[in-house]
Amino acid sequence: MVKNRYFGAPVTRNEDEVLLTGRAQFVDDVDLADLLHAAVLRSPHAHARIGAIDTARACARDGVVAVYTAADLGEFWRPAPLVVPPPPIEGLVFNQRTQFPLAKDKVRHLGEALALVVAESRYVAEDALGDIVVEFDPLPVAADLEKASAIASARVHEDVPGNIAATVHQRKGDYAATAREAARIIKRRFFYEHGMAQPMETRGVVAQWDERAERLCVWATTQAPTSLRNGLAALLGINEAQVRVIAPFVGGGFGAKLLMYYPEELLIPWAAIRLAGSIKWIEDRGEHFVATTHERGQIHDAEIALAEDGKILGIKDEFLHDTGAYNPYGLTVPINSQCSILGPYHVPSYDSAFTAVFTNKPIVAPYRGAGRQHGVFVIERLLDIAAREMGIDGTEIRRRNFIAAGAFPYRNEIMFQDFTELRYDSGDYAPILDRALERIDYRRFKQEEQPRLRAGGVRSGIGVVCYIEGTGIGPYEGARVQIQANGRVCVVTGIGTQGQGHYTSLAQIVADRLGVSVGDVDVITGDTDRFYWGAGTFASRGAVVAGNAVYQAAEAVHQKILRVAAEHFSCKEDELIVDGGEVSVAGKPDQRIELGTLATKANPMRGAVSPGTEPGLEATRYFGPESGTVASGVHAMIVEVDPETMMVSIKDYVVVHDCGTAINPLIVAGQIHGGVAQGIGNAFYEQLVFDDQGQLLNATLADYLLPTALDIPPMTLDHTVTASKTNPLGIKGVGEAGAIPVGALFAQALEDALDLPARGVEILEVPLSPSRLWELSRS
Amino acid sequence: MELHGEHRIAAPRPRVWEALNDPQVLRACIPGCESLTEDGPNAFAAIVQAKVGPVRAKFSGRVALSDIRPPEGYTITGEGTGGTAGMARMAANVSLEEDGEDTVLRYDLSADVGGKLAQIGSRLVTSTASKYARDFFSRFGDIVTGAVPLAAADAAENRRLSPV
Repeated sequence: MVKNRYFGAPVTRNEDEVLLTGRAQFVDDVDLADLLHAAVLRSPHAHARIGAIDTARACARDGVVAVYTAADLGEFWRPAPLVVPPPPIEGLVFNQRTQFPLAKDKVRHLGEALALVVAESRYVAEDALGDIVVEFDPLPVAADLEKASAIASARVHEDVPGNIAATVHQRKGDYAATAREAARIIKRRFFYEHGMAQPMETRGVVAQWDERAERLCVWATTQAPTSLRNGLAALLGINEAQVRVIAPFVGGGFGAKLLMYYPEELLIPWAAIRLAGSIKWIEDRGEHFVATTHERGQIHDAEIALAEDGKILGIKDEFLHDTGAYNPYGLTVPINSQCSILGPYHVPSYDSAFTAVFTNKPIVAPYRGAGRQHGVFVIERLLDIAAREMGIDGTEIRRRNFIAAGAFPYRNEIMFQDFTELRYDSGDYAPILDRALERIDYRRFKQEEQPRLRAGGVRSGIGVVCYIEGTGIGPYEGARVQIQANGRVCVVTGIGTQGQGHYTSLAQIVADRLGVSVGDVDVITGDTDRFYWGAGTFASRGAVVAGNAVYQAAEAVHQKILRVAAEHFSCKEDELIVDGGEVSVAGKPDQRIELGTLATKANPMRGAVSPGTEPGLEATRYFGPESGTVASGVHAMIVEVDPETMMVSIKDYVVVHDCGTAINPLIVAGQIHGGVAQGIGNAFYEQLVFDDQGQLLNATLADYLLPTALDIPPMTLDHTVTASKTNPLGIKGVGEAGAIPVGALFAQALEDALDLPARGVEILEVPLSPSRLWELSRS
Repeated sequence: MELHGEHRIAAPRPRVWEALNDPQVLRACIPGCESLTEDGPNAFAAIVQAKVGPVRAKFSGRVALSDIRPPEGYTITGEGTGGTAGMARMAANVSLEEDGEDTVLRYDLSADVGGKLAQIGSRLVTSTASKYARDFFSRFGDIVTGAVPLAAADAAENRRLSPV
C-alpha cells in the first residue's frame, strides 16, 4: 500500500536552504586553477558587410592570451544546427538560416558576435575589445517587420527574397463556407511587440579541457544540458563520452537559456580545447539585451465569424512573425501562436496562415509563453469586441463557446509544435470561469462597485480572460532512482533546473512510493555524467515528463524492495509494509529492516545476484507521452487608472487554474505568481524599442522597465482539477500559465476602466504603457 | 535624430565662409576634437573624444565637405567609430545668409548613433547632440567675430569636453 503523504501536499522546498543562504553553486561560482576569462566583441551595426578585422593591438596587449575571429575557426566555423525542425505540415515552406559562432563577411543583427578575446582577467579582455578595429560597410536595414516582408525590402540573407523564413497554412473545416452563414463578422489588426526574458542570472559558460583525461567539462546556464553535450561533441568532432555538461543552479531560464547553440556555448569550449585550459565567460546585462534571444513581434489580421447567439462559426487569421536574423528554433513560437488562437473554445472552422520573416534584429526564440500570448490576445480581443457589438456579456460569450466537458479528448485537426495533432486530452472550462467570477465577485463589481466608483470619478475596470496551455510535450525524459547504503534515496534525471522546485516536486513523487521522508530524497539534475539521456526543461514539461519517469522508476524500485525483502523475511510480498525508511512485516513488529541495509543486501560482496536480477535497489525508467497535455485557466483583474498619469493600479487579481493533479500547491502557486509578474511586465512595462536602423534604444534596466515587487499585486489563486489523460500521475504543466493571458487581460480591463469603446477606441496592441494609454485615450 | 538651429554672427559672410573652411577653426570648434587633419580635398581624418551619459569614448573617423557653394554654404558629413562604445554618423546642411552687417548661419543636422551609444544613451543622445551643436556654433561665432583669439580657442586644453 502506498500512502500519498507528500504527493499533492504543500511541502516547503528542499533547495531553499542552499539558495537562501548563498551556498548554491551557479556558473559564475565555478572557480578553477589558471582560469582565463573571455569577452566578446559585438556588432554595433544591425546590418553591415565586414571588411578587415585588425586584432594586432589586442593581441599585443599585456595579459591577452588569444584573440579569435571567424577566420581562426577553420572547420568549426559553420552554421549552428537547427534545434527544432519544422513540423510536417503540408505545403510548409521553411528557409533554414542559423547563426554562426562568429560572424564572417556580414553581421545581420545588433550584438552579433565578431571576435572572442581570452585574457588573464575580464578587465583585460574587455579593454582588448577596444583595441580591435573592424571595418564595416553598413547595409540597408530590414528592421520593421511589415516592411521587411515586402519583396523590395533589404535582405537579411541575400538569397532569401522578401525575407521569408517560413510560410505555414493550417486549416480546419471550411472557413469561407461558414463565414457565408455568419450573422456577424469582426475583423481587426493586432500588434504584439518585442520583449525579452530578464532572468536574475544572465547567461554564462565555463569550459575546462583536461588534456590528460582528454575530457571537456562545461558548466553552462543552459536549460538543455544533454542536447548541449550532444551538439558540442558533434561540432567539436569528439565523443559524447568526452564531454560533460553541467547546468548547476540556474537563476531563471524562461526559454532564454534554451538550447539554441549560442555562439558563446560553442566558442568557449572550442577555445578551452585549443588553449588546453579553462575559460569563463559571463554575460553582462548590456550583452544580454542583444546577445540573448528575444520574443514576441507579430502582426495579426484576424477575423471571427459568429452566429446570432454569439457562437463562433469560424476564425480566419493571417499573421507576420518576426523571427529575427536567424531561425535556429524553427517554428515553435509562431506554431504556438497559431494553435493558441483556438483557446478553450469550440471553433468549427479555422483558417490560419503565417509568414515568419527575417529581420535585422536579434534571434526570436521561445520566452515563457512562447507565442501563446499572441494567440490568446487575438482570440480574447476578438471575443471582447464580438460581445460588445452583439450586446452579450463578455463572460457569457466565452461560456457559450467553451468546449463541452463531455467532448474530450477534443481534436482541433491542426498540428501542434510537438508534431502531433493539437488534441486537448481533458478539460472542464465552465467551472473555472464560474469560480473566477465568484472569487472576483464579478456581478457585484459590475452592478454595484463600478457604478459607484464611476460616480465618484474613479476609472475602475474589470477584465476576465480564458486560455489554454499546451504543456508536457515529448519526446521523453528519463530518471534513475536508487536507494543508497545510508538509506537516502538518490534521484537523477537529465533535465536541468532553473528554480522550478524540481528538488522538491520530484522528491515528493519518490518519497511516497518508497516510504521515506521528502527530506531523505536527493535530486540530481542537469549533469550529463550523472544521466546520459534527456531533452531539457522547456514547454512546461519538466514535472510532466521527468516527473512521470521518476514515478515509474520509483515504482520499479518499490517492486525490487518488495522482492528482496520478501526473500529476506521469507514472507509474501503483500505482507510487507514499506514506510518510515524501513520495510516491516505486517503484524510482526520485530521483523523490520532499514532500506539502506536492504540495499546493501541487494549488492552482496559474496554469493551471487540471482540470474535475471540486478544489483542494488535501483531502477531507470523513461517516459514519453504520446502527445502534450492541455492545462487551462481564467485570469480576472480589477484595475484603477489614474486619469492624469495613466498609471494603473491593480486592485484585485484572481487566477483559477487547472493543471491536473498538482504535485505541490506551493510550487504551483510560485509558478503562477512568477508567471503573472512576467505577464504584467509584458503587458504594461516591458518593450524592446528599435529604431529603423535596427538599433535597440533601451538596452538598460533603467530604460527597459521591469515591474518591481510594488507593481505586482497579491493574487487570489484557486484550482480545479481535471486529471491529464496522457500520463499516469495525471499532471499537467504549469510553467507558463501565469504569463500567457495577461496582455489580453490588461487590454480588456483598461478599455473598461477608461470606457474607451464608448469613444470608439479599442486596444489592439501589447505592450501598453502609461504614455501609450494616454495617446490611445486621446486618439 | 534631427536637429535644426540658427545663429546670428556679427561678421560679414565672406569672413564666416572662410572660417567655415579653415581646418584649424573647425578643430577649435568641434567639442572634444583632438585632431583634425586634412588628408584629401575637403576631407579630414578626425579624432574626437565624446561622452553620452555614462558612455565615454574616443571616436576616430572622417569628416568631409560636399555640395560646396561659396559663400552660401555646404554639407558637412562625419562618421566615426568609438570601438566598443559604438558608432555615430552625422550630416549637416549649413547655409549662410547675409543680414546687413551680420551673417545668419542655419543648419539642419541629422545624426544616427549605434551600438552601446544607442543602447545606453538613447535618452540622452538628442540632448547631448544639441548641446554639442550649440557649443560648436557658439565657439565658431566667438572665433569669427574675434571675441576669442583662434590660437587660444585651439589650445589643446580648451578643446576638452565641457560637461554636458
